[in-house]
Amino acid sequence: MTPRRRLAGIGAFTLASALLLTACGDSGSDDGDTTAEGDGAGTGIVTVSSGEPENPLVPGMTSEVYGGLVVKNIYSGLVYYDADGAVHNEVAESIESDDNVTWTITLQDGWTFTDGTPVTASSFVDAWNYAALLSNEQLSQYFFHDFAGYSDEEDSELELEVVDELTFTVELMAPAADFTQWLGYTAFAPLPEAFFEDPDGFGEKPISNGPYLVEEWSHDDQISLRPNPDYAGEQVPQNGGVDLIAYTSEDTAYNDLLGNNLDIVPNVPTSAFATFEDQLGDRAVNQPAALTQVMNVPEWLEEFQGEAGVMRRAAVSMAIDRESITETLYQGSRTPASDFSSPIVYGWSDDIPGNEITEYNPDEAKALWDEAQSMDPIDDDYTLQIASNADSDHQTWIDAACNTIRSTLEIGCEFYPYTTFDEFLSDRRSGDVPGIFRGGWQGDWPSMSNFLGPIYGTGAGSNHHLYSNEAFDDKLREASLAEDPDEAVTLYKEAQAILFEDVPGIPLWYQNATAGYSESIENVEFGWDSDPILYQITKE
Amino acid sequence: MPENRYENPGGPGTPMPRPGQERYVAAVDEGGLGAVDAVKTDEAPTSFWRDAWHQMRSRPLFWVAAVIMTLVVLLAAFPGLFTSVDPRTCNLSMSLQGPQPGHPFGFDRQGCDIYSRTIYGARASVVVGLLATTMVVVFGTLMGSVAGYYGKWFDTVLSRVTDIFFAIPLVLAAIVILSIMTNRTSFTVALVLALFGWPQIARITRGTVMSVKNNEFVTAAKSLGMGRGRILVRHVLPNSAAPIIVYATVALGQFIVAEATLSFLGIGLPPWTVSWGGDISAGQEAIRTAPEILLYPAGGLALTVLGFMMMGDVVRDALDPKARKR
Amino acid sequence: MLWYLGRRLLQVIPVFLGATLLLYALVFLRPGDPVAALGGERGLPEAVAEQIRADYNLDKPFFVQYLLFLRGVVTLDFGVDFRGREVSEVIANAFPVTIQLALMALIIEAVFGVGFGLIAGMRKGKLFDATALVVSLLFIAVPTFVVGFVMQIVIGVNLGWLPVTVGRDPDVISLLMPALVLAAVSFAYVLRLTRTSVVENLSADYVRTARARGLSRSQVTGRHVLRNSLIPVVTFLGADIGALMSGAIITEGIFNINGVGGTLYDAIIRGESITVVSLTTVLVMVYIGANLLVDLLYAALDPRIRYA
Repeated sequence: MTPRRRLAGIGAFTLASALLLTACGDSGSDDGDTTAEGDGAGTGIVTVSSGEPENPLVPGMTSEVYGGLVVKNIYSGLVYYDADGAVHNEVAESIESDDNVTWTITLQDGWTFTDGTPVTASSFVDAWNYAALLSNEQLSQYFFHDFAGYSDEEDSELELEVVDELTFTVELMAPAADFTQWLGYTAFAPLPEAFFEDPDGFGEKPISNGPYLVEEWSHDDQISLRPNPDYAGEQVPQNGGVDLIAYTSEDTAYNDLLGNNLDIVPNVPTSAFATFEDQLGDRAVNQPAALTQVMNVPEWLEEFQGEAGVMRRAAVSMAIDRESITETLYQGSRTPASDFSSPIVYGWSDDIPGNEITEYNPDEAKALWDEAQSMDPIDDDYTLQIASNADSDHQTWIDAACNTIRSTLEIGCEFYPYTTFDEFLSDRRSGDVPGIFRGGWQGDWPSMSNFLGPIYGTGAGSNHHLYSNEAFDDKLREASLAEDPDEAVTLYKEAQAILFEDVPGIPLWYQNATAGYSESIENVEFGWDSDPILYQITKE
Repeated sequence: MPENRYENPGGPGTPMPRPGQERYVAAVDEGGLGAVDAVKTDEAPTSFWRDAWHQMRSRPLFWVAAVIMTLVVLLAAFPGLFTSVDPRTCNLSMSLQGPQPGHPFGFDRQGCDIYSRTIYGARASVVVGLLATTMVVVFGTLMGSVAGYYGKWFDTVLSRVTDIFFAIPLVLAAIVILSIMTNRTSFTVALVLALFGWPQIARITRGTVMSVKNNEFVTAAKSLGMGRGRILVRHVLPNSAAPIIVYATVALGQFIVAEATLSFLGIGLPPWTVSWGGDISAGQEAIRTAPEILLYPAGGLALTVLGFMMMGDVVRDALDPKARKR
Repeated sequence: MLWYLGRRLLQVIPVFLGATLLLYALVFLRPGDPVAALGGERGLPEAVAEQIRADYNLDKPFFVQYLLFLRGVVTLDFGVDFRGREVSEVIANAFPVTIQLALMALIIEAVFGVGFGLIAGMRKGKLFDATALVVSLLFIAVPTFVVGFVMQIVIGVNLGWLPVTVGRDPDVISLLMPALVLAAVSFAYVLRLTRTSVVENLSADYVRTARARGLSRSQVTGRHVLRNSLIPVVTFLGADIGALMSGAIITEGIFNINGVGGTLYDAIIRGESITVVSLTTVLVMVYIGANLLVDLLYAALDPRIRYA
């Protein structure tokens, strides 16, 4: 077991776990121990297994799950997502645009940060400009790509304009009908003036405007969140606070849950997939989430180029027995995928033309492979490599997939392991991966475009396999302009149909949120992003 | 050695005279005295090694160890003799199924035949274990004995080099070396493990040699005009062999397990290699539901180590001139 | 003696330089690009990555980087890691719990290993000896993660005898189970080494002489056999301290201990060169100290060994 690697249950979506011991000198007493304002709120402290955030608790610096969970609960952005992923206004009064390019955002009055300063239009504009400026070395740069004025080569200001105390405008590079949906993402949270006075020290003891505040951050140990008495939104904490406890392994956390030393385990370990629903009964959670696993086919592989190449892609896809793998190896905690997005996003459907290649069909697969061989033969002793970082448990499913690929297509098939995630990433960027590679995607926000554009759009940030199809790009552009959501859905479907023709990626399965909680808490719900919704949990 | 019939009833260190104490010196059959006194006249003096061999083959333990080692070597060399099932033909529908006709050990999580995998797993594991152990023993003994025997600046330099190598974390060395070597084999994995393992054995050899070189027989050999190198090889090393052999036999098992850890981190054997270590680390994912699948690769590993340990014991006894006389 | 000690302490310097250079080279040769991975799956613009590299001197040639590191050591300012934490704080926080854990494991393996090894050696070929062999085989063949995991489930969760995890305030009780797990493999080494040495020494001339002089069996054992059998065991234990401290990755992971093993492993995986080299430098110092102690113990155990 490599316990530390297992922590980030979603593997390479994040930089996985972090371990760092640093004393935290904070006494944590300034605002401490204030209970929630909401009436009837419980006073118990909920304990949740988590890990040490890899970066300071600043929205623009947070690129992994542990920090994400904290930042999400201590900052309130313009909007928030409910459990189903629907968008509700948080700090925003209104978000409007005539052309999906220029957006006017009005804030509610009466929001303050925990240091008493008001949340104003500048709190947002300054925070975004800071995050997008290259020389500030913020890690969330990616999310400002589509803002007018952004440059990834030199320092430049975003085209944001403060109209008055509570109003500002945003200019986008291209129209985006789902812009409102982006805004619930943590990278778009506001920052108080105090941040700009001391950006480096701020993240240690952040000043924020969300439902919770950070009472104490004891590095590598736990983060104590307590209700923020000045919180002005709807997600009023119903508990006395939340302690996010750093665990070195999911198995350990799960054992602590069984031993009644912990309230919530957001990621059930692989070893317990078969048993956790029996052991926990109705305290087991197994529900769809915005996580999907695919294998991407890099365009630099000769055997997968041209018409014969596309046939081979489809053949490989049909040679994988998704049903058996998700049932036997994952005990139903994964669902076979039939498209490139996720069941939690609006407009998901399982009847996209061409998606029959996601079904296990050995005869058809073999016939297709042979046909491709007759058109454009490759060596008979060909071995397909499936690459992934090896520091999580990916070998299990790759072995299983290869077993059926070998027996179905009568070719070789092997796992090509990368020791570290960064080595895997480097080779993908430089085009040196010698086979198809694992791609996992966790939605930043619950929208179809977020599952398609960043991975398959020409030149997009995570399109390491270098897929490019103008027709597909056009469909996405059209969809982002669509006035009516259902019109957009139709266009996204057509876009996905193009993907199933080209097979730039082979959808594998949707990953569920698999979690468990203790008997001492109630009202536990997990969101579309597979995180527990902390504020509504009650504990006596 | 037979049981001590004269067990001290008063407990350890009791000064109370026991009944019959005045008659008591040491039971003839209990200590080494009897062995020394009993001169075997039917044995002609032979060479050191022939003597050792003669001594070894008269012991049942030797034959048990030899059978185990032969079996393991046969498994490693000709796995096809023991099973006709391909260890890499797996069917998920058989996942974690129990023993069936033709599949005596049942199936693992991937639905592969465990019996076949245990048989085929021997080769990689044994090769890695043996290679790494050999490298460690040869290099570690060389460094340790030279440092311990010659002392002075030899000792200083070699011991400090040992210290430096102690510092390398196995994981780091493995990541770097195995990614530089594009062609990963059992040999490269063994090399990494050896690089990590030799300082221990060098230290142990050095300590023992330092102690042994002060023995009377070394002084005697010196005064007889024997060269220093010859003394080291002929007298000091054979008398320092015991801890080296013991360490090596335990390390053999450790190396096989360490290979599992490395494979699991993606820096060990190539993933398509069937090995006990790899199957042990794969088995841990089913540990809550089917811990029994761990038994077979771990059992193969234990049997191998047992064979080498027993052989180590016999060889040690045979090389020890004092124990041999018995 | 003092001269010897002084000389040994002086030798720390070349060992330090050699070890850090070797380690720095290894981290330098590590494949991949840790900076580019900071942005996760979504990546970082190259311009930002370059700036970060410059901040951490990663854009400089190898020897310049190494010299800058040495300057950090001399001025006791190791700098910060990718997360902006002081490396010296990371080190200061990782070691206390690890030292405690390693010492507990060392005591356990020394006491039980030597004790059982002594008995097994004295009763060579008897039931106890055979049992000890099987038990040590078990510890060798079953990997730590299985032993640790099973103990955690059985003793911690099902029986509730000991805390399941160590958590934020490590004490002797909560560290007992991890220390046992950590000691298991080394216990096998100590047991086997002790047993063999005892067997060998029991047939040594001085033992026969001592018995002939009428010394009791226990006196001979305690005064002569054990003492003379300890040299390889002590050597092993001395060298094992470092391994227990740096190699506890799995044990620390299972019991949620934030110690050196895990910190080092994470730093290697993340490519944090300064953290890796600094942590291991401290470990090298521990090795050197332990080895010096062992060398001094040799002289105490075997009066014929002399240092000048």
